[in-house]
Parts: sequence; C-alpha cells; structure tokens
Amino acid sequence: MQVELRNPSRMVEFDGPMAVSALLARLSLNRESVLVIRDGTLVPGDAMLAADDRIEIRSVISGGAQLARR
Amino acid sequence: MKCRVCREPAVIDIRRHNANFCVDHFLRLCRDQVAKAIDRHDMLAPDDRVLVAVSGGKDSLALWDILVVLGYEVNGLYLGLGIGEYSASSESYARRFADERGLNLEVVDLPSDYGFDVPDGARSARRVPCSACGLSKRHLFDDAARRGGYDALATGHNLDDEAAVLLGNVLRWQDEYLGRQRPVLPAGDGFPRKVKPLVRLGEREMAAYCVLRGIDYVVEECPMAAGNKHLGYKEALNAIEEQSPGAKEAFYSGFLSRAVDRFASTGDEDREAIGTCGRCGAPAGGEVCAFCRLLERAGGTHPDREGGAQTDRDGDRPVTVELDPTRRAESERPVATGAPILEEST
Repeated sequence: MQVELRNPSRMVEFDGPMAVSALLARLSLNRESVLVIRDGTLVPGDAMLAADDRIEIRSVISGGAQLARR
Repeated sequence: MKCRVCREPAVIDIRRHNANFCVDHFLRLCRDQVAKAIDRHDMLAPDDRVLVAVSGGKDSLALWDILVVLGYEVNGLYLGLGIGEYSASSESYARRFADERGLNLEVVDLPSDYGFDVPDGARSARRVPCSACGLSKRHLFDDAARRGGYDALATGHNLDDEAAVLLGNVLRWQDEYLGRQRPVLPAGDGFPRKVKPLVRLGEREMAAYCVLRGIDYVVEECPMAAGNKHLGYKEALNAIEEQSPGAKEAFYSGFLSRAVDRFASTGDEDREAIGTCGRCGAPAGGEVCAFCRLLERAGGTHPDREGGAQTDRDGDRPVTVELDPTRRAESERPVATGAPILEEST
C-alpha cells in the first residue's frame, strides 16, 4: 500500500494487508497525534488496510503563536 | 467498531470517552460540545455578533463552521503574517472556505497594511518568531473586534492547546498567565470579550471534524513554529494520553474547577494597571503598546484608515459587513441540538 505522510509530505510503501494499528506501530506514531484517511474519509483503528490502498496519515498537532495572553 | 449511539459502523474512536462514533453522530458530538462550552462558561448570548480569528487551519475553520451551524452571526478575520508560501496558502484556504459558504471574511495583511512581516519583525525586535506573531495577532484581532463593534472575539483554541499552555505555565509557575487562562475573558479596559468555544474538543477531533465535513484546511505546519516549546508540550501530553486516556481533559478541566481562582487576584491586578497606548489607542502597560514598539523597530507604519472601512485584498469591496439583525428568523436563532450524545461525565 502507498502511505502519504505529511509535514513534510512524502510517500512510503508497505506490504498489505495490515491493520491500521499495526501500520501506526510500524511508523512509531502516536494514535492521539494522527488521523488515517482513505478515499476522503477516516479509517478507524481496528480496520484492515488492503495491499492496493492509498492512505494518508495526517498529523493533527499544530500550534505556534498563542492568542491566549493579553 | 460500532457507533455508540446508533450501532452503525464507526469512523472514529475517542478513547477519553471510551466511545466510537459514525459520521453523523461524531459531527453532532462536536456541535454539542461547543454548545455546552458556550453555555457552561457564558461565552455568548444568542444575538451576539462574533468575530472569529481565522488562520486557514483546522481549528478556526471548524469553529467558524460550527458557530454558523449553531445559528450565531459570525464574520471571520484572517491576518496575513508574511511568512512566504505558508501565508499565501493559508489565506487561500480561508478565502475558499468563506467564499463557498457566502460568509464574510475580512483580511488584514501585515506586509501590505503595516509594512513589515513576522520574520523581519522578529529579527528587528529580537523576539522569537512565535512571540512576534502572537503579539501581532493579539493586537490586530482585538483592534478589529473593537472597530467592527463585535460582542466577542472567538478563537480556535482547543483542549490540546489549552492543556499545553497550562503545562507550560505550571512548569514555570507563571502566576500572571495562570490567572488569565480561562475559556472566557470578559470585555474591559479596551479589550473585547474573548471566548474559546473549542475547549471541550481535542485537536484530533477538530481535524476529524474538518475531514468529515469536507472542510479543506492548511495541513502544513507553520515553518516558523518548528521546534517551539508549545509543540513539545503537546507531544509530551499526547505521550501521557496514549497511556492514560482522558489525562489531558482531567488536567485542564481540573485546573478550571479547582485551581484557576487561586490565581485570579494576580490577573485582576494586572488588568487594573492597563492604560492606553499614546500612538494607537489600544490598551497598554506603558505609554506605547508592545505592538507599536514592534512596529517601530521593524520600520512599519499604521495604515491610514481615514475615510472608510477596511477593504478586501482585491481593493474596494468593504468586507466587515453590518448584518441586518432581522436577517435571521426566530427559528434560526441558536438552539439546543437535541439530546446530548455523551453523559455529563465530560
């Protein structure tokens, strides 16, 4: 399967099928920090990814300047 | 994995709630949590005019979308920071979001309106870029809210943002900042009311909301933010959250319910000391506000606003629009969104 990673954007190939949780473990990614997206929608953690799937793993962490202070 | 509400296939698991949700019930959960935050913290009245600080990222666009769905009268303000391609891309996402939904977006651009950008401003003032950026944002969003006569300025700070700021403030016992770290800061001393309606929703939920609502946002991180402390605090908290789901929420909500008032006097004393900037009229601790000092060091100038409203980037279309208060029918006013999806535990 083809896996697109962001920040910076790059493609990585893995053999499938594979569970989402196994893929995140292979990439040493914290599930709290990413979303797994296939065909424009979310893939839950217990789903299986097929060998010919094209997946995006999107980081959800953002933040620089803070507006909170006055 | 089944939806907790309808038992249909779920698309997302939220471990701190020990629950999974389908698309429809997840979107409803997000709206319910925003409505609950607004209600619990008295953030907004039903007829308030709200200005949303828009960055083109997931949080601010999701916030704008949810507030509109809840029936609030909301305009957006995008601040161009002059950070190369990142700013150009961010602005395009903000504009597209507004255009596709017929919403009003005001744009203020630091380089063309004030004559400096964040990288140059940071160098000139010997500040880190995130500091110059935050200072500019606070000043210009406050200024726009005052000029536009808005009842409140809403920002897209989510639970992860607030927990990370809290961790940073606690690590160094920043009493002054701890006393002000509330989901609502009331209007006063020249400041608009500031509200954070996303404090009950995590960062992952906001990104998921955008994906499931078809909201395109700038995914790339600001190149100036790489390696900053705030991102490090978030990563540390997520490492804890992975082992102990709900830890971030317990940390932040416990602070609000049991600790923030212990720091309140510090914050209040600080506000009483605020005067007015002799150059721009904004609240200031001294004769000149921090933004005007930054502007001076960076070689910038205040724009001449005589003779009219701010216009959009194309030139002549006024974009801060005074909406007709009779525009919305009574049935379109903010209403409860049905039975809550989650019990009161959160």
